[in-house]
Amino acid sequence: MSNELKLLSTKVTAGTMTRREFMSKAAALGVTAAVASTILADAAYAAGPVKGGTFRMGVSGGESTNSQDPATWASDAPLAGGFIWGEALVYPGPNGLEPRVAESWEGSNAAKTWRFKVRKGITFSDGTAVTAEDVLATMQRHSNEDSKSGALGIMKGIESMRTDGDVFELTLVIGNADLPYLMADYHLIIQPNGGFDNPAAAIGTGLYTLETDEPGVRMTFKKNPNHWAADEMGHYDEVELIVLNDATARTAALQSGQVDTVNRVEPKIAKLLGRAPTIDVKTTSGRGHYVFIAHVDTAPFDNNELRLALKHAMNRQEMVDKILQGYGSVGNDMPINEAYPLFDETIPQRSFDLEKAAAHYKASGHDGSPIILRTADGAFPGAVDAAALFQQTCQAAGIPLEIKREPNDGYWSEVWNVQPYCASYWGGRPVQDQMYSTAYLSSADWNDTRWKRPEFDAMLLEARAELDEGKRKEIYSKMGRMLNEEGGVMVPMFNDFVDGLSTEIQGWETNPSGPQMYWYAFAKTWKA
Amino acid sequence: MHPIVKLVAQRLSLGILLLFAASALLFGLTEILPGDAAQAQLGQSATPENLANLREEMGLNRPALTRYAEWIGGILTGDMGNALSNKLPIGEQIGKRLGATMFLAFWAALISVPVAILLGLVAVRYLNRWPDKVISGSTLAAISLPEFMIAYILIFVFAVKLGWAPSFANVPPDMPLLEKLHSIALPIAVLTMVVLAHMMRMTRAAILNVMQSAYIETAELKGLTSFEVIRKHAFPNAVAPIVNVVMINLAYLVVGVVVVEAVFAYPGMGQYLVDAVVKRDVPVVLTSGIIFSAVYIILNMIADIVSILSNPRLRHPK
Repeated sequence: MSNELKLLSTKVTAGTMTRREFMSKAAALGVTAAVASTILADAAYAAGPVKGGTFRMGVSGGESTNSQDPATWASDAPLAGGFIWGEALVYPGPNGLEPRVAESWEGSNAAKTWRFKVRKGITFSDGTAVTAEDVLATMQRHSNEDSKSGALGIMKGIESMRTDGDVFELTLVIGNADLPYLMADYHLIIQPNGGFDNPAAAIGTGLYTLETDEPGVRMTFKKNPNHWAADEMGHYDEVELIVLNDATARTAALQSGQVDTVNRVEPKIAKLLGRAPTIDVKTTSGRGHYVFIAHVDTAPFDNNELRLALKHAMNRQEMVDKILQGYGSVGNDMPINEAYPLFDETIPQRSFDLEKAAAHYKASGHDGSPIILRTADGAFPGAVDAAALFQQTCQAAGIPLEIKREPNDGYWSEVWNVQPYCASYWGGRPVQDQMYSTAYLSSADWNDTRWKRPEFDAMLLEARAELDEGKRKEIYSKMGRMLNEEGGVMVPMFNDFVDGLSTEIQGWETNPSGPQMYWYAFAKTWKA
Repeated sequence: MHPIVKLVAQRLSLGILLLFAASALLFGLTEILPGDAAQAQLGQSATPENLANLREEMGLNRPALTRYAEWIGGILTGDMGNALSNKLPIGEQIGKRLGATMFLAFWAALISVPVAILLGLVAVRYLNRWPDKVISGSTLAAISLPEFMIAYILIFVFAVKLGWAPSFANVPPDMPLLEKLHSIALPIAVLTMVVLAHMMRMTRAAILNVMQSAYIETAELKGLTSFEVIRKHAFPNAVAPIVNVVMINLAYLVVGVVVVEAVFAYPGMGQYLVDAVVKRDVPVVLTSGIIFSAVYIILNMIADIVSILSNPRLRHPK
């Protein structure tokens, strides 16, 4: 880049030259418009965040039944809103945990005891000071025996909790090196007195405060000037979250400039949308994956030869190409991919091999009766089509796979975790331990493949308390290989998060924990 | 007692009985649906413990009849109770949602009903000539397209390409009326196109039917212009079927526009009811269902009363 252009671009950002003048001067220097635009954008980025304006998000996944009580959150819109008005102890940022209500934390006693120091001088949006007691009460509300919280499943194995001045201390039954990641769960927003008094009051320590709330329609937020990081984050004056569940409505709103960003751009239109001059499509490879899950304790899936036959008969690349339109990567029959810390890249990729599939099928001695795979549109986007592709390749290997389509309504209560073989998805977890503890530990409530292996459990607990990362990686690698070879989980693909963004928005960074910079776009971006 | 008053009284009491029957039916059907509100709320994060606690809190462990009786008792004393899912008062939520639905239905009706009747009259006047064919052809084409398709086309042309109207209908309560109308311009257009054909065709058919009568010939012979004939002699005699179809379409505008609401993200009753069904929020389903039933019953009653009033033979029964 010529120095002259650089100089010109700083003039634009300083406001002494208009964009139009810059473009014409750039053209005079023989630079194409596209390159000139990029230079300008870089200059804007280098100049640092611009304060002010309103950030408008079009979000899919909101219902009129939504509440502001963090314990009830299960869809995107309420949790996205929650990150705007509230904070947990820590936040899973793109480069590891970022401190929020907790200023610092440390583990001791073989990762059994964890101490979180509550940030000094911060207040809730109603003006009261945040104390370690509030943190303690929050954790109690999500973990005591009356808890109705969606976080109850991850709040297990706590031996005791107490406060010590400005420190919240938590002691576990078994050590867990990844405990701070669990504290980043979106349900665990710190509330005054833990939300025991008024759980849906939306009073938190967030960068913004909730102004209006129409469940399933919109939320509006105003900047909280008292936030401890108000200078570094939260550049907009206001944030507006608009629920747009219809995919076409979302893209139309983005195209017509009514919103600045949308989540869940449909893979089939993402490429076309990205060609629009005012829109960027951002993809993030995450930890979410689509699965076909077989109960390893139920016939005929209790036969590992049959499970291997099905695994080899799955054309993963075709599914990534046709179901995800390329916005994803192939899975390897384990719930872990390279987006996880301590992932072992040397685990061999399961091949699509019809001969092997046929051989394993023959070795299984299956009687030839139809193997029923249950699926529904709501199991994951494209689940019915993916099942059809799977059925075709199974047929080629001589495996009699039969698809049974189930209604979306009631799928999670009647089919998933109930029927022996069905389609499903996992949103992924920040660390391997949490993913395995959630669904592959013998005692896990969501053990949806009925994977109950004492040696697997022992490895999981060993890795959990192991502070040496090299050794942990080794254990996780063994566990991954074990699931890959014998597990009931068949993972055809990991799906990318696909977000649409106005080109006006600067400062975007990818965060593998979720879409929309894991819902922190409102805090870390700005309008150029 | 005047026969009309008697009829209204009869219809009202029957209507109230019907509402009870409808609520019982709705309750029975929501009970049959798999899963319950606690399971729907927790979804994939349900564990046996939090499920049991949530059921206890929502009162789902009590017998179905007790829950139904409680809801009926609440409604009769004017207390709609709170939603199971987000614990917000149902009365207040429905107030907002119903207001939004009525607002949209009102403006759509205000445009579509007169236009439909006028187009019907014009079609009869120029029967089988090009205006008739253009009117019938275009309105039938509009009704043949699914409403979400019309909506997408209008959004693409008027919101994305031309930028004349917003692509989704955002109507916060504090928005001035003119801005609100601008905001719902596209949904109104879609709804108008959807209901136009039905009413227009019925107007055309009803008037054509009357036009065969001897007194129309007499009217023509005494030298009235064809519009005068239609206005003075044909239309009053064709009012009953036209009012009936208008009422059916008004009822549709209130209770049947959930697809249009979804496409334009409009916060009306339809989306509220659908969300409540998905989350098994039975009190909300029952209350919304009752309101929809009441709308149908009242509009049908109006249609009957207008038909009777417009017909001297029914007005003065022997």
